[in-house]
Amino acid sequence: MHPIVEKTQLSPNVTRLVVTASRIAEIRRPGQFVIVRLGPGAERIPLTIADADPAAGTISLVIQAIGKSTEDLVALEVGGVIQDVAGPLGKPTELLESGHAVCVGGGVGTAVVYPIAQALHDRGVRVTSIIGGRSREWVIFEEELRRAGDVIVCTDDGSYGRHGFVTEALKDVCEAGGIDEVFAVGPVPMMRACSELTRPYGIRTTVSLNAIMVDGTGMCGGCRVSIDGRNQYACVDGPEFDGHQVDFKLLADRLTTYREFEQDALRRRHEELLRLAEARQLAEAH
Amino acid sequence: MPEMPTGETPAARDPEAASPTSGPAGGPAARASATPADPGATGAPAPRPVLTKKERMQIQRQLMPEQLAEIRAGNFGEVNLGLTEQLAILEAERCLVCPKPYCIDGCPVRVNIPKFIGHLMEGDVRSAAISLLDDNALPCVTGRVCPQETQCEAVCLRGKTGKPVGIGYLERYVADWAMEHRDLLPAGRPAASGRTVAIVGSGPAGLTAAGELAKRGHAVTVFEAFHAAGGVLLYGIPEFRLPKDIVQAEVDRLVAAGVAIAPDSIIGKTYTLPELREQFDAVFVAVGAGLPIFMNIPGENLKGVYSANEYLTRVNLMGAWNPESDTPILKGKRVAVVGGGNVAMDAVRTARRLGADEAAIVYRRSRAELPARAEEVHHAEQEEIHFEFLTVPVRIVGDDQGWVAGLECVRTELGEPDASGRRRPIKIDGSEFVIPADIVIVALGTRNNPLLTSTSPDLRLNEWGYIQVDDNLQTSMPGVFSGGDIVRGAATVILAMGDGKRAAASIDAYLRGELPPSTVTSPRATEAGESTEASAGAPRPAVEPAAKVAPAAPTAV
Ligand SMILES: Cc1cc2nc3c(=O)[nH]c(=O)nc-3n(C[C@H](O)[C@H](O)[C@H](O)COP(=O)(O)OP(=O)(O)OC[C@H]3O[C@@H](n4cnc5c(N)ncnc54)[C@H](O)[C@@H]3O)c2cc1C
Ligand SMILES: Cc1cc2nc3c(=O)[nH]c(=O)nc-3n(C[C@H](O)[C@H](O)[C@H](O)COP(=O)(O)OP(=O)(O)OC[C@H]3O[C@@H](n4cnc5c(N)ncnc54)[C@H](O)[C@@H]3O)c2cc1C
Ligand code: SF4
Ligand code: FES
Repeated sequence: MHPIVEKTQLSPNVTRLVVTASRIAEIRRPGQFVIVRLGPGAERIPLTIADADPAAGTISLVIQAIGKSTEDLVALEVGGVIQDVAGPLGKPTELLESGHAVCVGGGVGTAVVYPIAQALHDRGVRVTSIIGGRSREWVIFEEELRRAGDVIVCTDDGSYGRHGFVTEALKDVCEAGGIDEVFAVGPVPMMRACSELTRPYGIRTTVSLNAIMVDGTGMCGGCRVSIDGRNQYACVDGPEFDGHQVDFKLLADRLTTYREFEQDALRRRHEELLRLAEARQLAEAH
Repeated sequence: MPEMPTGETPAARDPEAASPTSGPAGGPAARASATPADPGATGAPAPRPVLTKKERMQIQRQLMPEQLAEIRAGNFGEVNLGLTEQLAILEAERCLVCPKPYCIDGCPVRVNIPKFIGHLMEGDVRSAAISLLDDNALPCVTGRVCPQETQCEAVCLRGKTGKPVGIGYLERYVADWAMEHRDLLPAGRPAASGRTVAIVGSGPAGLTAAGELAKRGHAVTVFEAFHAAGGVLLYGIPEFRLPKDIVQAEVDRLVAAGVAIAPDSIIGKTYTLPELREQFDAVFVAVGAGLPIFMNIPGENLKGVYSANEYLTRVNLMGAWNPESDTPILKGKRVAVVGGGNVAMDAVRTARRLGADEAAIVYRRSRAELPARAEEVHHAEQEEIHFEFLTVPVRIVGDDQGWVAGLECVRTELGEPDASGRRRPIKIDGSEFVIPADIVIVALGTRNNPLLTSTSPDLRLNEWGYIQVDDNLQTSMPGVFSGGDIVRGAATVILAMGDGKRAAASIDAYLRGELPPSTVTSPRATEAGESTEASAGAPRPAVEPAAKVAPAAPTAV
């Protein structure tokens, strides 16, 4: 049982939950994730450990509500409980010893890249973060990342920071030179674009793959991704891989496997909420 | 709800029993039904007439009542419905209670079969249950999933001239009775020994060891990677063969006996084995062989290709058979399952129940070599599962959207026997053909999952990555024992349980300082050129309950 001790809305569809999980808080390392199951009947879903407070015995999960399971999770309030939190899973990030790293975050990927930026900064690596969102209200983790180094914010509509996509800012930074590694985490098209962009510069580029998972321990093979033509399991061999070797097309395609079910589940959830709201109104009217 | 076949009684459906020459078979049957002994209520013995050997020989094997194939292929209810009390006693009366019972030799854990059957034929189910539970910790499970036809029933004397005694059916009957009547069975908590034991993995090996160790008063914590305990019994074997409430009841019974279950604890990640060893007086590693094997043929990354592990886990553990469940599963109209073992049969029959019009087994040898339990093959055939024997897949064909469209195969013929003694399939050139399919499930076995072993440098593995143990199931790490599939490679439930029982006995001896040191040496000791004594070690004194490693409040799951 893992109680929620804090809840913050970070953007219109991104919420931070601080959850009790003392063992994981104590030993987790950047790049690792947990598998979360809300309760009986719920799905097992992977979420990155965005932050941890070993003294308080808590971890932070930053969740983008895009479907049934993530909506159910962010509907929890402080005091609510998540039944299962298993981890820490996946390989920790291989961190640079020194030099200059660029951390690129798209959408909720910014929360995934944050613990990496923080750890790099702690060991003396220079960090430049490039983060983006549709408009100002969608930008998350700017303040936290500023504590780790420079931050370039990009918005699609130009309402805040630089106008345009994170890839454009990344190109400028690469042009300026002196970059030892790029970490790029976000939607598949964004990670692919970043990897293509850095390839001609020969800059090592690490991406975090969000393959569909069940167990997170290597026993199902559902999370298989193709790296340099060889199958690997994102949950145990990753989730971070060399972006120049990832078959992004395959990943994007496999992520659509359950699209029909996902839309159906979301529709059913919304219908149920509507029914509940109507029932409540009726009850209040009486 | 499962439905009983209507019309004829199971006894009458037995072709042997129905034969007019079997005449007196009706005698004992009539007697059995004329004696309304009701052990179902109290288990108290009711006086029964003693049959002569000749009379026993005349009783034909009783058929297991089962759901009709047409009906059950559309639901997940259990196929076998279990013998009634009358059928069970009648079947028990077929046992000759041999002075030199071969059946005991046929059972990997040497269940005293004539003893429990003897009590049963006297109508004393309670004594039968006490005897059975003494030998076998999970008889509800083995009565349903043991390959009896190659074990106890294979060597039953009655099998020489007809059908063997239905030992599995009787085991199931007695075990189910015991589960319903726990209150009538002796219980009692032993005095606490003050020793702590960690068990890694909650499959049949881990659960059996947990029960045995708790009986001896040790404080046991079972660490399980998944959110629920049971191992393959829970996520692998489907509901229609092994109802999950049975597995849960067994787990509940352990919890009631004082065993703590720590779910969501992945050893190798949440804790390492060396950490557990520091916090507990002994550790039993029973993590199974959980890694799926793929075919490494083109098209395996198409949408609609599953490992049997993933397919069965989604359906069984995550409840995806229920349309209301949050976990999705692709429901194919045409499903091809590659493999011929129990796992393949479970996957194909699950696909059938999820609505596949055509569900096929693709197997490279012939029917005679199918490694699955005979009953599963028989049930699959009744459920109109299609079998493509002597067939090997070479490629999975996809459509332009990345979905599976078919399975391209070649035919094989059988050559000389290979190392396993089975005839080796040889591909026939030019025999390519495509089986239309929208789902392909790969059920070709499993391997060691390196998650735990790769974080335990002192653990000696064999060349296939399985853990090496000595005769007492000791590993190369002092105080660490292992058994089940992680030692044997994918084997059976009863072998895993046998290991659990042996390991518990060894651990108990170890904790009393009475076990000789392991003969398996640490890989590091050998590397460093040290003597084997490096791995020997006396048990440490009892330590404080492991506050750091044991989760604050281990919960029953
Ligand atoms: C290693 C890893 C770390 C992740 N970290 C985060 C994070 O920190 N914050 C966050 O918001 N999201 C994260 N994700 C993605 C998150 O797991 C999915 O968004 C979530 O499972 C969607 O579930 P749903 O029911 O709400 O949406 P659905 O409607 O079911 O699906 C929406 C999308 O999520 C994908 N998805 C569905 N089920 C799973 C699953 N079991 N595993 C992975 N992807 C799935 C689908 O392919 C689809 O593209 C991470 C994924 C991985 C693999
Ligand atoms: C679909 C299927 C059908 C089968 N049918 C039959 C049958 O009819 N008859 C028969 O006799 N046998 C059958 N078998 C084989 C039988 O189930 C296995 O031999 C048996 O379950 C092995 O038991 P075990 O205790 O060694 O391991 P498992 O049952 O595999 O249990 C291991 C447990 O350890 C957990 N675990 C793994 N790694 C870790 C870790 N690092 N940390 C913590 N926990 C971990 C797993 O999640 C699992 O719960 C079948 C197997 C399958 C897959
Ligand atoms: S445990 Fe298995 S082999 Fe042994 S008697 Fe029971 S069914 Fe037969
Ligand atoms: S999630 Fe099952 S193997 Fe990775």
